[in-house]
Amino acid sequence: MGRFLSFRLLGAAVVLLAKSFVIFALIGLMPGDPIDLMINANPETTPEQMAHLRAIYGVDQSIWLRYVHWLTDALGGDFGFSRIQHRPVLDIVIPALGNTLILTGVAFVISTVLAITLGTLAALRRGSWVDRTINLFAFAGISVPSFWLGLLFIYVFAVKLGWLPAGGMPRPEQGWRGMAAHLALPVATLVIVEVGGLTRYARSAMIEVLGQDFIRTARAKGLTNQRMLLRHALRNALIPVLTLIALQLGGLFSGAALTEAMFAWRGMGRLILEAILGNDYNLALVCLLFVTATILLANILADIAYTWLDPRISLGGRRK
Amino acid sequence: MTAPLLHAADLKVTLGPPGAGVAVIAGLDFSLEAGRTLGVVGESGCGKSMTALAIMGLLPRPHAVGGALRFNGTDVLTLPAEGHRRLRGAQMAMIFQEPMTALNPVVTVGRQIAEMLEVHRATPPDQAARQAVALLERVGIADAGRRATAFPHQLSGGMRQRVMIAMAIACKPALLIADEPTTALDVSVQAQILDLLLELQRDEGMAMVFISHNLGVVSEMADDILVMYSGRAVEYGPAQAVLRAPRHPYTAGLIATLPDIGRRQAVLPVIPGNVVNPRRRPAGCAFAGRCAQAGADCAAAVPMLTPVAAGHAAACLRVRPAA
Repeated sequence: MGRFLSFRLLGAAVVLLAKSFVIFALIGLMPGDPIDLMINANPETTPEQMAHLRAIYGVDQSIWLRYVHWLTDALGGDFGFSRIQHRPVLDIVIPALGNTLILTGVAFVISTVLAITLGTLAALRRGSWVDRTINLFAFAGISVPSFWLGLLFIYVFAVKLGWLPAGGMPRPEQGWRGMAAHLALPVATLVIVEVGGLTRYARSAMIEVLGQDFIRTARAKGLTNQRMLLRHALRNALIPVLTLIALQLGGLFSGAALTEAMFAWRGMGRLILEAILGNDYNLALVCLLFVTATILLANILADIAYTWLDPRISLGGRRK
Repeated sequence: MTAPLLHAADLKVTLGPPGAGVAVIAGLDFSLEAGRTLGVVGESGCGKSMTALAIMGLLPRPHAVGGALRFNGTDVLTLPAEGHRRLRGAQMAMIFQEPMTALNPVVTVGRQIAEMLEVHRATPPDQAARQAVALLERVGIADAGRRATAFPHQLSGGMRQRVMIAMAIACKPALLIADEPTTALDVSVQAQILDLLLELQRDEGMAMVFISHNLGVVSEMADDILVMYSGRAVEYGPAQAVLRAPRHPYTAGLIATLPDIGRRQAVLPVIPGNVVNPRRRPAGCAFAGRCAQAGADCAAAVPMLTPVAAGHAAACLRVRPAA
C-alpha cells in the first residue's frame, strides 16, 4: 500500500510537471499577449512604451526562459498575480474551488445515490413499467442540453413562480436556507443531466450481477431479497459502476462551466472561462493545474476504492 | 409406512410465458425417504436440474408448474414465496456444479457460511463466525480459522466445493440436493468430495438428491436411481437392480457407454443421435429415434412407467411387466 501510494504520487507529480509546461506553452502560443490587450485599451501607446512594457512583463523572452522562471517561483509557492483581478492567483482560485465543490459535490452525491437506486430498481423489475419509466427519464436526462434545462428552470421557478433566485451566490447572513435556495436550480440541472447515464450503467451492471451463480446460491441459502440485494448483489454491481463514478469525480473540481455561467455561480468552471478569454495566463494556468491535480488524485482514490470493493484486486500486483 | 420426505406426483414444469412455454418436465413421479439417496441420471437437458430447482423453488421466471411436489407433507409448488424461502437453507439445501462461480467473490467464505446461521437460526454474528470455523473443520478444511477469512479466489476448486457443502449443512437440513457436485473438479478431488458427502449423510441422517450425468458416480452414491430422458422418467428402481439389470434401452445404453479401465477400445461406445428438443418432443416414446429396438408402435403413445420387479419400473413397450 505504501509502495503503491508513493509510486502513484510520484507518477502524478511527473504528469503535473509535464502538463504545466504544455499549458504554459499553449497559452504562450496563443495569438496576442497581455500587452496587446493593454494597447487595445489605450491606442496612444508608443512603440517604445510597448517594448518597455514587454520587458517589464518578461514577454520578450523565449518561452523556455519564461517557463523556467514561472516554475522556480511556483515551486517556491508563488503562483503570481492575476492580470485582470490584480490579486494573487491563489486568493482567487481557492474560494472558487470551494464554491465549485459545494455545487458539484451536492449534485454528485444526489446523482450517484439516485442513479444506483433507480438502476437497481429497474434491474429488479426488468421489462416492467417501472423499468420502462426509469429508462424513459434516463434517456430524457441524457438527451436534454444543460443550457436549455437551466434556462427553463430559471424561467419557470425564478421568473414565473418566483420561488427561487435566478442565480448568484448566497450572502453569508442568509445561512443554510439561502445556500439551499441558491443551490436548488443549478444542482437540479446538473443532476438531471448526469443521472441518466449513470442510471443506465448501474442498471446493466446490476442485471449482469443478478444473473450470476452466486446470486442463485444466495437465493438457495434462503436469504431474504433485501439481504441478497444489499450484501451480495450491490457490492458486486458497484465495482464496474465505480469506474464511471471515478471519471465524474474529476469533473467535480473542474466545475460545470455552462451551469456555473448560467446561474452566475462563482466556481472554477466560470473562472477558467474568464481567465482564458481575458488572456490571464497566470490564473488560467493555475486553474488548469488544480483541475489536473484533483483528477489525478481522484483516480488514485478510485484505485484504492477498487481494492476495498473487490478483494481480487491487489495494489502493487503482489498477492497477500 | 410413514410418508416419504419428498414425493413427486405427476410433476410438470413449463418454462417460458404462457402459450409459448417449453415443457421441460412432462410428468415425473418419485419419492425419497428420510436419510436415503436418490440418484438422478440423464443427459444434459433431460430435466434433472429443473427438478432440483422446482424442489428449491428457484425455477427461472416465467414458469408454470403442475402436479404435486410434497416435502414433509407440504406441497411446495403451492407454497407462498416467503414460506419456501424459510425452507431453503434451513430444511433443504443445495450445492451446485461450479464452485468457482457459486460463491460471492467479494465476501469471505467464513461470512458466507455464518450468514446461514444468522438468517435461519438468528445466531449472533460472533457466535455464527465461530460455528462457521467449526463447519469448515467438519468438511475437512485444515487451518479452518485462517481459511474462514479467505476470499473464494484464494481457495482451490475442491476447497470451494467443501465451503459450499459446509454452507449447505450449516442448518442441518433434512434434504441436500447435489447438482453435479463433482463434475467441475479434478478426478482425485472428486472422490474426496463424494466420500465427504457420504460421511456427512451418514452422520447427519440427511436425505440426498444426487444429480449427475455420470452413472458411475451415481452408482457409488445412490440407494435408488431415477433415469430421466426428455423430461420424463424412463427407469426408476433400487440402484443395484437398475445397474445390474437395466430394463430400458436408454439405461442399458448409458451403462454400456461407461468405459472400462484397463481395456483399450478403438471406438468408445456411444448412444447414437442427440437428445430431442423439448419443443419438438414426439407423441410417442421420446427415445424411439435413437433406440435400436424401436418399432412403429413406439411412436403411437408415451409408454407408461410399468413395474418390472419389486420397486423397479421402466417406461418401454419392449419390457414385459412383472408377473
